[in-house]
Amino acid sequence: MQSGPISDELFRPSVKNKEELEHISRPNLTAFQDGWLRLSKNKGSVCSLILLILLVILALAGPHLTQFTYYGTDYNATYQAPSMLHWFGTDKFGRDQWARVWYGTRISLLIAVVAAALDLIVGVSYGAVSALFGGKVDAVMQRFIEILVGIPNLIFVILLMMLMPASVWTLILAMSISGWVNMARLVRAEILKLKNQEFVLAARVLGTSDRDIIRKHMIPNTIGVIVINTMFTIPSAIFTEAFLSFIGIGLQEPKASLGVLINSGFQVINSHVYLLLIPAAVIVLIMVCFSILGDGMRDAFDPRMRN
Amino acid sequence: MNRYILKRLVYLAVTLLVITTLTFFLMHSLPGTPFDEDKISRLSAAQQQQIYASYGLDKPLYIQFFRYLTNMFKGDFGTSTLYLGMPVSRIVLNRILPSALIGFQAVLFGVVIGLVLGIIAAYRHNTSMDYMTMIISVLGISIPNFVVAALLQYFLGFKLGWFPVAYWESYANSILPSLALSFGVIAQIARFIRTEMLSVLQQDYILMAQSKGLSPAKILVKHALRNSILPVVTILGSIVVNLLTGSLAVESIYSVPGIGSLFVDTIKANDYSTILGLTVFYSAFYVVVILIIDILYCLIDPRIRLASAKE
Amino acid sequence: MNQLLEVDNLKINLETQSGTVQAVRGVSLKLAPKQILAVVGESGSGKSMTVKGILKLLPKTGGIVGGKILFEGKDITDYSVKQMRSINGSEMSMIFQDPMTSLNPTMTIGKQISEVLREHTKMNAKQRRARAVELLNLVGISYPEKRYSQYPHQLSGGMRQRVVIAIALACNPKVLIADEPTTALDVTIQAQILDLMRSLQEKFGTAIILITHNLGVVANIAQNVSVMYGGMIVESGTVEEIFYDAKHPYTLGLLASIPNVDEKDKELNIIPGTPPDLIDPPKGCPFSSRCPRAMEVCHQYAPEKTMVSGTHWLSCWLMDPRADKQHGGDRA
Repeated sequence: MQSGPISDELFRPSVKNKEELEHISRPNLTAFQDGWLRLSKNKGSVCSLILLILLVILALAGPHLTQFTYYGTDYNATYQAPSMLHWFGTDKFGRDQWARVWYGTRISLLIAVVAAALDLIVGVSYGAVSALFGGKVDAVMQRFIEILVGIPNLIFVILLMMLMPASVWTLILAMSISGWVNMARLVRAEILKLKNQEFVLAARVLGTSDRDIIRKHMIPNTIGVIVINTMFTIPSAIFTEAFLSFIGIGLQEPKASLGVLINSGFQVINSHVYLLLIPAAVIVLIMVCFSILGDGMRDAFDPRMRN
Repeated sequence: MNRYILKRLVYLAVTLLVITTLTFFLMHSLPGTPFDEDKISRLSAAQQQQIYASYGLDKPLYIQFFRYLTNMFKGDFGTSTLYLGMPVSRIVLNRILPSALIGFQAVLFGVVIGLVLGIIAAYRHNTSMDYMTMIISVLGISIPNFVVAALLQYFLGFKLGWFPVAYWESYANSILPSLALSFGVIAQIARFIRTEMLSVLQQDYILMAQSKGLSPAKILVKHALRNSILPVVTILGSIVVNLLTGSLAVESIYSVPGIGSLFVDTIKANDYSTILGLTVFYSAFYVVVILIIDILYCLIDPRIRLASAKE
Repeated sequence: MNQLLEVDNLKINLETQSGTVQAVRGVSLKLAPKQILAVVGESGSGKSMTVKGILKLLPKTGGIVGGKILFEGKDITDYSVKQMRSINGSEMSMIFQDPMTSLNPTMTIGKQISEVLREHTKMNAKQRRARAVELLNLVGISYPEKRYSQYPHQLSGGMRQRVVIAIALACNPKVLIADEPTTALDVTIQAQILDLMRSLQEKFGTAIILITHNLGVVANIAQNVSVMYGGMIVESGTVEEIFYDAKHPYTLGLLASIPNVDEKDKELNIIPGTPPDLIDPPKGCPFSSRCPRAMEVCHQYAPEKTMVSGTHWLSCWLMDPRADKQHGGDRA
């Protein structure tokens, strides 16, 4: 037996209360706090978020930082390489590229965010109604979705764009008409899963009203899926806009969007490659940031990713 | 299983009918005619009438629609107005080969490289190889394919002169477009395999295989690989969609005489009947591919069949 | 006694995002040939890590940081994964907790059995098949010929665990390690699997380390019991010594929490509190914060091993003569 430094005094019973026993040694975080903590530890996501905020600021303020406008032409200064006067150079009409690039970024982001918001509203309502009502309503709504899923999205958007005059709002509309389907399916699946989960059944048995069940259980538990999916809809809307403008059925000159700029840059790729490279770099940066941030959020907030 | 396929075939038919109907009426509600306004206005009313009649444009819309549908079942999709007098079905058939070649090469290249990258990344988790694969896959998923195509054309074609820049003269012409298209496939496959494999490597049956005293190579090939590769079937659909849309831009950029560039050209030229025919063609291709993938999915892994039956 | 497997003061650390977890903090075990040793403890006590450490099946983030493992007198502590391959599956094999996940879903039952035979024996394909069918028969699977070419999802949980046992026994190992082999199964199936293990043990004389969190299943099957808590063994002895003469308050708590059908109206006995955080383990006895008889010394100093008999020992300050004075000799 060890003796020496251990005094007999220590051999008296130590008193402790019951609460202390049930004390959990690590702090208890809500799912949201926990997710946020995980996200803030993910360096890639934090960098992406900061970069995106910077890009948004540039898109809003950039065009005003120069004396030129995005539409003002100057036939004495066409195709100028980037310089102190024209930071990103000028295009074939002598328009300032700096102003055009950031104005275009603004338009592209606007289209993407509004389209994603519309997708969110329509998709969440459709999915929620379908799942909460169930039965025949659900069956009919699902048959409709199954038909829509069979339609190749982009082809459909192209057809719609042919029908309508190309403008920011028709672009948004065309994208939203078919874009909500994915969100609707995700939300429906999530709610159906929750509906059968024990804590919801328990709440029901305890007499919680439907409204409270939706408010306290359904919404907090589906919000993660919705936010994460939106994080992936925004870049895909940016892509669709750029794609349509690139093949020539999106926005038209002198309006600017990243797609329009890439398209006109591509026309002169062999002589003035900076006209292609700068808007291409901006769109790539936006897409990469959204992609990394989206992945980070999925890892951080999706409970199924936890181990 | 048979009932399932039958159900899916019914959906397929309904979807195609919906798409055809929608496209038909969308096309015909467009303002203007598919003909060059300047040229046609110079013709006399009788001549105009004759041209409209030869394309069946003088009849009421619903009659045009039913005629279109019945002709469609006979394989007749009308005649093009951009390529005057050419039957749409023939134009499409003429254009399939380049698209098919590019698509096939892109898939082949993308799947092989993607698989290798994904497997190495998972097996050497958290090493520089892994980070490199992650970077490649994020870039591949994020960079729009038309940007990739334009950059490849500029750097590999124009600056370095390794490959022909455009047109369709020899096999070498197919390399750059295939590479441009495969970039996204590489990214999707590598990323998917990496995630799958990482989760498989944590499964108990891998531990069990280790406890049997098997070599790491055997465990990788016989236990980890098979279980991580099978679910790739689930993303084949989205890969095909990306290839389809990608081909529109990539073929236009490289002036490949394929289906994708045809679609873009006819859209710019308001060539109704060809657009209509191509939309039906694309949709049919798409739904059939999705159906095949779903069936493959059931055949490949019996567990999935059980799981979906339970739902 | 000539030991088959000896683990001496084994220490295993795991790296996690929140810090280094000291999962195993000096565990010693002895397994004699043909013996069944039960290791009992609640989840997170380090029992699974201990046996995974023995077979070198630790995750990449984990590693042995101290102690010794002797198998048939050979020191296998520093064996590489490659060296362990000649022992794993042939001399020592393992049964996992959840038969739903421990079989490869895309490989037939037969292939998964013959795979281990192929690795460790010189049998040809025909012999391997015959042996696999024989094994399936042995573990009580009906229609073994038919089952041979079936996939795991076509079998029930209990059947799958029988298949896992067949794989583990394929090469007549000397040591079988069973990590909570019945936890994931229905109660009725649990008894069948335990019966099967006991009868196979009698037939082949395999020594078994049975890991469980349920002291109830131990009584019928094991000869020796080690009780683990907070990465350490707190008490160890023969089944009789542990069931009738347990001295550690944690063991006593475990015994008291086995539900007894005769005492219907009594409240279930539970041990209040939660296990210690092994990232920052308590410096004293790991159980001190939950112990109903804890003394000041328990929180500050780790108790030494006290031998009660040749086979029975525990680590508890209550065994110190000075504790007697304070408690007035109220030890049971």
